Amino acid sequence: MVQHVGTRLDGSFGALSDATRRGVLEQLGRTDASITDLAEKFHMTLTGMKKHVRVLEQAGLVSTEKVGRVRTCRLGPRRLEEESAWLERYRLLWDARFNELDRIVEELKRKETSDGSKKRK
Amino acid sequence: MEARRESEPTPMKNPTTVDRKSERELVVTRTVNGPARLVFEAWTKPELFKRWWVPKSMGLNLLSCELDVRVGGKYRLTFAHGTSEMAFFGSYLEVTPHSRLVWTNEEGGDEAKIVTTVTLEEKSGKTLVVVNDLYPSKEALDAAVASGSIGWNPETFDQLDELLVTLGKSVGPS
Repeated sequence: MVQHVGTRLDGSFGALSDATRRGVLEQLGRTDASITDLAEKFHMTLTGMKKHVRVLEQAGLVSTEKVGRVRTCRLGPRRLEEESAWLERYRLLWDARFNELDRIVEELKRKETSDGSKKRK
Repeated sequence: MEARRESEPTPMKNPTTVDRKSERELVVTRTVNGPARLVFEAWTKPELFKRWWVPKSMGLNLLSCELDVRVGGKYRLTFAHGTSEMAFFGSYLEVTPHSRLVWTNEEGGDEAKIVTTVTLEEKSGKTLVVVNDLYPSKEALDAAVASGSIGWNPETFDQLDELLVTLGKSVGPS
């Protein structure tokens, strides 16, 4: 199970190493699209685009659904989870920074107060 | 003076917020309980800056911190990273005492150059700090998010490696 997570992370990197696939993600970030739409947009054969979408799908970055003869692609749940998890970790980093900064500002405030009272004497 | 020490106020923690403000921007906000000039001092004096910029939880050991805080001046932070050294560097684009600092983050190369703008807004003795990171493109910010790394870019792959090693270990012998 855990191994699977590692493999998925690896897959995520591989999936993002390709400019077309990054473009597809960007495109799907705006709106859902069929494989045919994507192939046209990126001037590719249907087979070529299918391969890219499969890589993205395996990495959990894209999900697809076939209705009738059309396969619709959208951003996968993992893509969205990833962004909010990253933002939260980024927030925690800044929170830790600001907690330290608070201490320094308190220290500077105290120093100013004591310097000020010395000057007045 | 000694007697008063017990009642020294412990700094009150204000909330930190992070938002992806646009396709290319990340914005962090926090209110600091002190005047802008002291907050500015903490961002611009190396001996103070190095005490808070790298919190212990980041697991990095800061080796040096040089800040030449003036327009066109450069900064450079170096860290111990395993047996090697890692550097973060860039230059200051704007320096307006007590209200605004803008600098570049150039360690990721031109394509990944991030511009950080810090604004300080004082109100009734407190300062609202807004940190805006502007990425060169939506792709660059997406890539930073997708990489899983927080903070600066060069750590990206190493951090992922570490994570993969950790994950690998926790599986145990199969």
